[in-house]
Amino acid sequence: MLTQIITFFIFFAVIGCILYGRRLIRTEKVDAVFGNPERALGGTHWVIVGSSFLLLIWLYYSWDIAKGFYPKSANELCQVAKVNDSLLGLKYQFPIEEREFKSTSQIKKENKNLKLIQNEIQNSEELNSQQKTLLISYISKTNQLIPLLTNEDLLEIGTQQKIDDITGKINLLTENFQKSDYPFETEQELNERLKAVDEEGGWGITKVDAGSGSIENTLEVPLVPATYRGLKFHTAAQELNLISDEFFKLRNHNPQFKNKIKELKEEIKSYRKSLSDSDEVASTYAKNIVKIARRIEFASIYPPNALDKMQAAIVKFDNAQKKEQGGLRLIDIFLFPAGTIVASGPSCSEQGSGRWLPKPSDTFNKFILMSKPSVGYKDIPLLWIQMVDVSKMIGFILPDWIADILPGEYPVHTKDGIVKQNFKGGVLKIVTGDFNLFKVPVPYGHIWDSFLRVFLGLVFGILIGVPLGLFMGLNRFAKGFFDPLIELYRPVPPLAWAPLIISVLGIDNTGKVFLLFMVSLSIMIISARAGASGTQLSKIHAAHSLGASKRQILRHVIFPNSLPEILTGIRVAVGMCWGTLVAAEFLAGTTGIGFVENVAKKYFQYEVIWITIFIMGMLGLLFDITLRKIIDKTIPWRGKG
Amino acid sequence: MSDLISQNLNMIFKTPKGETVHALKDLNFTLKKGELLTVLGPSGCGKTTLLNITAGFIRPTSGKITLNNKEIDGPGVERGMVFQQGALFEWLTVAENVNFGLRMKKEDPIETQKKVDEWLEIVGLKGFGNTPTYQLSGGMQQRVALARCLINNPDLILMDEPLGALDALTREKMQSLVLKIWKETGKTIILITHSVEEALLLGERLYVMAPRPGRIHKEYNLPFASMGLKEDLREIKKNKEFSQKREEILEMIWNMEEEIMGKDN
Repeated sequence: MLTQIITFFIFFAVIGCILYGRRLIRTEKVDAVFGNPERALGGTHWVIVGSSFLLLIWLYYSWDIAKGFYPKSANELCQVAKVNDSLLGLKYQFPIEEREFKSTSQIKKENKNLKLIQNEIQNSEELNSQQKTLLISYISKTNQLIPLLTNEDLLEIGTQQKIDDITGKINLLTENFQKSDYPFETEQELNERLKAVDEEGGWGITKVDAGSGSIENTLEVPLVPATYRGLKFHTAAQELNLISDEFFKLRNHNPQFKNKIKELKEEIKSYRKSLSDSDEVASTYAKNIVKIARRIEFASIYPPNALDKMQAAIVKFDNAQKKEQGGLRLIDIFLFPAGTIVASGPSCSEQGSGRWLPKPSDTFNKFILMSKPSVGYKDIPLLWIQMVDVSKMIGFILPDWIADILPGEYPVHTKDGIVKQNFKGGVLKIVTGDFNLFKVPVPYGHIWDSFLRVFLGLVFGILIGVPLGLFMGLNRFAKGFFDPLIELYRPVPPLAWAPLIISVLGIDNTGKVFLLFMVSLSIMIISARAGASGTQLSKIHAAHSLGASKRQILRHVIFPNSLPEILTGIRVAVGMCWGTLVAAEFLAGTTGIGFVENVAKKYFQYEVIWITIFIMGMLGLLFDITLRKIIDKTIPWRGKG
Repeated sequence: MSDLISQNLNMIFKTPKGETVHALKDLNFTLKKGELLTVLGPSGCGKTTLLNITAGFIRPTSGKITLNNKEIDGPGVERGMVFQQGALFEWLTVAENVNFGLRMKKEDPIETQKKVDEWLEIVGLKGFGNTPTYQLSGGMQQRVALARCLINNPDLILMDEPLGALDALTREKMQSLVLKIWKETGKTIILITHSVEEALLLGERLYVMAPRPGRIHKEYNLPFASMGLKEDLREIKKNKEFSQKREEILEMIWNMEEEIMGKDN
């Protein structure tokens, strides 16, 4: 419903904007003479055109328009796909969609194979001339099998009857299929079918497993025919399956052929037995010749005109079913532009853009669902708040060895089984967070985890990188000492370190924060160093002659002077960290946006992949905008000094 | 005795190419308290080197320079410096720039504020205390630099082409300001300049320096600075003696420049 409204709205917005744009162009000449800047404020309408156009393309290529206007079309096309799937085997026997008869191409193929082996045998140096003549005689015998199959006179009456029988069945199906009351469905069958449809759900429905709270795969296209037209195709497909099974069981084996092939097989068998172990090459050739003979035996090779009636019947049915599709074919052509719905085995699936370009409505619904803290992804919400006792944080921050270094012993239980608390034991309780204080809300979830990793990596990088960089910028010894150390690790792409760091420091936060620390450290050092060494000498001299000490110059002149470079460095570092983090979360981990995307990739959850892409883009943008605001506030003098 | 005395001052640099440059050779001069000395000379005659040594930023190769009988061996508050480009701290406001020295000495903030207001008024920037420095024009920036230097009450003010980057009109106003401050405070001032006119107008004494090796070529005692305290500077420029001196010095510098070019070719 919403999609329909949006589609119409967008459609009219685009048209309206184009009309408005045309009016602007018409008034352009007037404005050029008389000047009317207000009338030229046409920027927004291009924004509407652009974004509407993109959304329209998205709706169209992801089939959301089809879903909005014809929600049952996918189900019906699934039934059509079933018919096509059943018809495929039969169609392949004839030059309907292929260039030649299956029989023709198979004969061509086996003749080619026989010729190939013949050449090899004749040029072989390991075979003696006696073996060669014998093997070549087998080849010609195999070759002579083919005319036995393709000779119309040899076609048995029983086989001919069966072919006519199958043709008759196809014709009957075609006839029935075109009737309006095909197939016959009892009241009970109807009710059962509708119940099954109800249970299965609609196109692209999202199922949430209540127990585990995880998002299961969406059901792409419902399989059970929901409409009577669908049922028609469904039933025809089932019948066609039976017919084609019958056809493929049929073999065009007349007595002459049977005798000849039996003879040949036995001859080769006894020949192979007579060969000694040293004649392995001849044995292998003989085996290959038998293989070809067998392939000819089991191929559906018929005389050239034996199947003409059957071909006509199949074409007739195909035309009938195409005609019966009616408007469905238009939907398929116009609303599924880059793919269609394909039935394979027990399921129907979207092919083409419908697979990897999820429908906006689906994506939006799934995003809303995932945002619910009770659903989230893999039992963890995207972003939520939990109440954490302050004592846990204190216990996390204070190291446990504080209790260890205190004098005295930890309490030991008495013989009555009572543990008496003492001072050292009490301190241990505090440093391990084993007590109760008030609770405070703390955010958690995938988004928060990713954010926290970037934040911590960045903060550590700044805390260590900025002083070190300033020091390196001012002190030649420090530059000489630290520069090679940093240049040792910096040129390596950060992700190249990731597997090593993650296996040493673990897949949890420590490893990732350290990796991001490495990324931000080098950037911060380089930018702080550039800032410090770029300080004008006259400023340092001025501060000096105003009575500032070295430390004061560092604090009041060099540091603020380096701030623009440092802040630019932070901006660069945030971008780098963000990129590295997502990739690191791909590699290993149990939380984070990158982790979500990686898992979604494994299960082909394209909606989730698009949601994570969207979230990451938004967060990246948010970081950059925040930093730009901070930069504008802190260093308004940049570029104006 | 609060004189600036230079004794056999020598400064020899080694360039990265290995050439030795004799920037200053056997410089001897005495500057009495309250005198205004302008130094003029072609590029590379060691003017700025002399100023940097006096400020204590670099040490001479030999000889010594004393202020109040104390040898100069590093930067000090008693020698204030004004740079060509202001060298202001653009992350601070005007008032914060001016009180920078006092803040570094951790002086009483109320007292400091009073002094800042006083000095801003003297240099003509009353009410600009909270303006960010980067919003000021070039002339205003130099006023701030002057105030920042003077608030520390130095014995000696060193000016390294302080008005070089200003437009003609602003420059003239600033020249009057320098003279006014000189008169009101009675400070000893060394002013380096490229402009012959400026050197003549402001200098009570004038050294024309010559390059390779850097040395004092000629010394003048001039009346124009004292005249400038009473008269309009533009009137002085029309003075016959002024034009005569100007032509003489210009000729001198031209000859030096030609000599250098000749040497190079």
